[in-house]
Amino acid sequence: MAVNGKPFAITLEVGSSLANRTGDWRTERPVYVHNLPPCNHACPALEDIQGWLYEAEAGGDGYERAWRHIVAANPIPAIMGRICYHPCESECNRAQLDEAVGINSVERFLGDEALKRGWEFAKPAAPTGKRVLVVGSGPSGLSLAYHLALRGHHVTIREQAKQAGGMMRYGIPSYRLPRDILDGEIARILSLGVELECDARVEELEGAIREGGFDATFLAVGAHIAKHAEIPGGAASHIIDAVKLLHGLAEEEKPQLGRRVVVYGGGNTALDAARSAKRLGAADPVIVYRRTRERMPAHPSELEEAEAEGIAFRWLSTIAEAGPGQLRIEKMALDEKGFPQPTGEFEDLPADSVVLALGQDADLRLLEGVSGIEIEDHVVRVDDQMMTGHAGLFAGGDMVPSERTAAIAIGHGARAARCIDAWLRHEYVPVDPPRKLAGFAEVNPWYYSDAPRRVRPQLEDVRRQSTFEEVVKGLDDDSALFEARRCLSCGNCFSCDNCFGVCPDNAVIKPGADGELYSFDLDYCKGCGLCAAECPCGAIEMVPEEI
Amino acid sequence: MSANGGKSERHELSGQPQKVAFYQTGTFAVGGRLLDEELRSVQSDPERANAITKGHRACQGCGEALGARYALDAALRAADGQLIVANATGCLEVFSTPYPESSWRMAWIHSLFGNAPAVATGIAAAMRAKGRTDVRVIGQGGDGGTVDIGFGCLSGMFERNDDVLYICYDNQGYMNTGVQRSGATPPAARTATTEPIGQHAGNQFGQGKNVPLIAMAHEIPYVATATVAELRDLEHKVTRAMEYRGARYIHVLVPCPLGWGSATNEAVRLARLAKESGLFPVFEAVGGAVTSVSPIRHKVPVEEYLRPQKRFAHLFAGDGMPEIVERLQAHADRNIARFGLLDGGEEARELDLLDALALAERGV
Repeated sequence: MAVNGKPFAITLEVGSSLANRTGDWRTERPVYVHNLPPCNHACPALEDIQGWLYEAEAGGDGYERAWRHIVAANPIPAIMGRICYHPCESECNRAQLDEAVGINSVERFLGDEALKRGWEFAKPAAPTGKRVLVVGSGPSGLSLAYHLALRGHHVTIREQAKQAGGMMRYGIPSYRLPRDILDGEIARILSLGVELECDARVEELEGAIREGGFDATFLAVGAHIAKHAEIPGGAASHIIDAVKLLHGLAEEEKPQLGRRVVVYGGGNTALDAARSAKRLGAADPVIVYRRTRERMPAHPSELEEAEAEGIAFRWLSTIAEAGPGQLRIEKMALDEKGFPQPTGEFEDLPADSVVLALGQDADLRLLEGVSGIEIEDHVVRVDDQMMTGHAGLFAGGDMVPSERTAAIAIGHGARAARCIDAWLRHEYVPVDPPRKLAGFAEVNPWYYSDAPRRVRPQLEDVRRQSTFEEVVKGLDDDSALFEARRCLSCGNCFSCDNCFGVCPDNAVIKPGADGELYSFDLDYCKGCGLCAAECPCGAIEMVPEEI
Repeated sequence: MSANGGKSERHELSGQPQKVAFYQTGTFAVGGRLLDEELRSVQSDPERANAITKGHRACQGCGEALGARYALDAALRAADGQLIVANATGCLEVFSTPYPESSWRMAWIHSLFGNAPAVATGIAAAMRAKGRTDVRVIGQGGDGGTVDIGFGCLSGMFERNDDVLYICYDNQGYMNTGVQRSGATPPAARTATTEPIGQHAGNQFGQGKNVPLIAMAHEIPYVATATVAELRDLEHKVTRAMEYRGARYIHVLVPCPLGWGSATNEAVRLARLAKESGLFPVFEAVGGAVTSVSPIRHKVPVEEYLRPQKRFAHLFAGDGMPEIVERLQAHADRNIARFGLLDGGEEARELDLLDALALAERGV
């Protein structure tokens, strides 16, 4: 039944509701945001952790993409996947759901994959003709060399020790960082054309710069000089500092410590010294520390590993006197401010040798006579461009005011590389504008499956007490993939299609290919906010429309 | 009702949404780039049917517009596009077809408020007469058109076991006429016709109908409940239902921001809380016996579900009405025990179920 070509009882042209632009109703519009995930925020090496986990989540080819994403910031992930104290994990939002993502273990997996498969860095930019001198080949020196080499500058590293690596080689025992890993990642940086001169201590800086024709210099000499404590009667006993002990071990010396070893100090170096002594045959190394376990600066994971290996602790204790084969220990008590105070109570502790691990200072002798340098508290002041008071002379790592970790040093190197590159072009690197932090409050926890963390296997205790074999093993492929997929992707879209699904108005447009961003069809979006409320990771925010 | 019948089918049909390996969000989110093509939901497909297209006049954040698209897109895929829908009067009809526009991108017919099941039956008969076994038929409506006005037609459709899938989008009231009470309005809810006055807390306890259980009592091949909060579950149930011939019934909870007095971004969250509190049990039943339930993942007190809704505001204003909240909690707890929403124990669930459905025992 049709009248004038129209269906029965229909007088108007039949049409689609597409004619009705419901976008007019909107008072708020959704926008995709890229907030700063807390892991990225916490990473001193400036890694885009959420970004590389996103790539790793795909597995397979994604691993190489993930590794390339990491090395955009940090050129030594296999090393850092072992020795970093992972402040990222302390800030991870997933900790509020079950446990933090094992970022460090995934980073190590990716770093090891790269070494195993021979992945190479991208080709450096065309040579700029600029020459940069780096003094010291620790994490900050290597990081800087890598970033500058990629930008096409010629980099020469001078290292006073026999081999490159700084504290990563001469401070960290091989059971935490196997030497093939260290050598492999350093070699890959050198393959960019970075020149390395070992056994090449820089005595007189300005002369070295002049003779080498360097356009800029980065100082990264670290902090290698052990602090000492006066121990009465110390001359009668065997006292050695931890820096020398660990340095000697790195050069395959076997120091004679005796069976009863006491380590004095509470930092990571003290633990490394005690754990090394155990492996060298000391029966029961004892760590003497003047404060409590809770106040120990060493990282809890290292403390646990040390305890598992049979290291004993004397908390709230100082060494009052050292005699032959014996120490006199004074008990301490914390005052209201938390400072340890002597109690006048003493006891004896047998000891064949004492290892001092009381902190380190930087060796700044090479700066003597250099104009404009400001030294405060045994470290060199730098400005926000990582430059010292002497034009063209930059510094980073343990020798500048900062906490001292390898991750911070890598961040210093990366930042200094940007600044030196800019300085060579007479430019200035502005401080990056702050990004909004992606908090747990914006995460919609409902959407994440329960997934307990995968832990890395550890070497059996017996072998940990007698060999320098690596203690913490890597994740296998499955576990690494699982762990990467535990990432909540805080504040950044991870292509879950939820916004595309939950829009009652079909106003979210899904791109053809995975990984591309969705967009909103504002002609029809009514601004209900369902997409934002149901976004698992808080990557959508509602902003008021201008009316 | 046959306990054994239910049990023997359990293995074959213990169909929960496919459990996938750990994919960051599992099956909770709509899709995910990590999933293989065949594991992806219908809704995650950029080429999905979009049975209701944009430009419809549903309120901001409408749960029903969402639920209808979820269900019909899945049905269209299952029927290879050969699908006719008969729609009862109600919001869904009004907002989608203001003359002369239509949002429907499929064969769709509206007749009256009370006759959608009968119209669907007629279409099914016509298709059978034409030998078009490939064309499938869906009847659909809101809770008003289903549990009240169209209920006689619906029961007849069940009784005759007509080859129709009937889908009820339950927003618990007559929303498009100004939020009046329906047989699906929950106790204590405020509607225009159940104003809370003095000691009377909105809608009465002990009235209304549980149509999924009534449908089961007809012993039709397939009955299921679902919500817009669990897309995978909903798609799975629609797909399952389309595998059967005969009368099938799916009851979908679709929160209504207007009628419930909730924020426009809360339809999905409220549906989730309805299920997680136990107030809205999500299950499927084959041949009159429950074969699976969607277990509660993170149990919440009913208060968490009630508080964001202005229709329950009187329960929390001033001194509040804690005894009413307790009665609603008891209702949720009874559902949890009855359907085994918290335990995985199949035996216990079966006992509760038989108990709950004792009235249907005569049909063994």
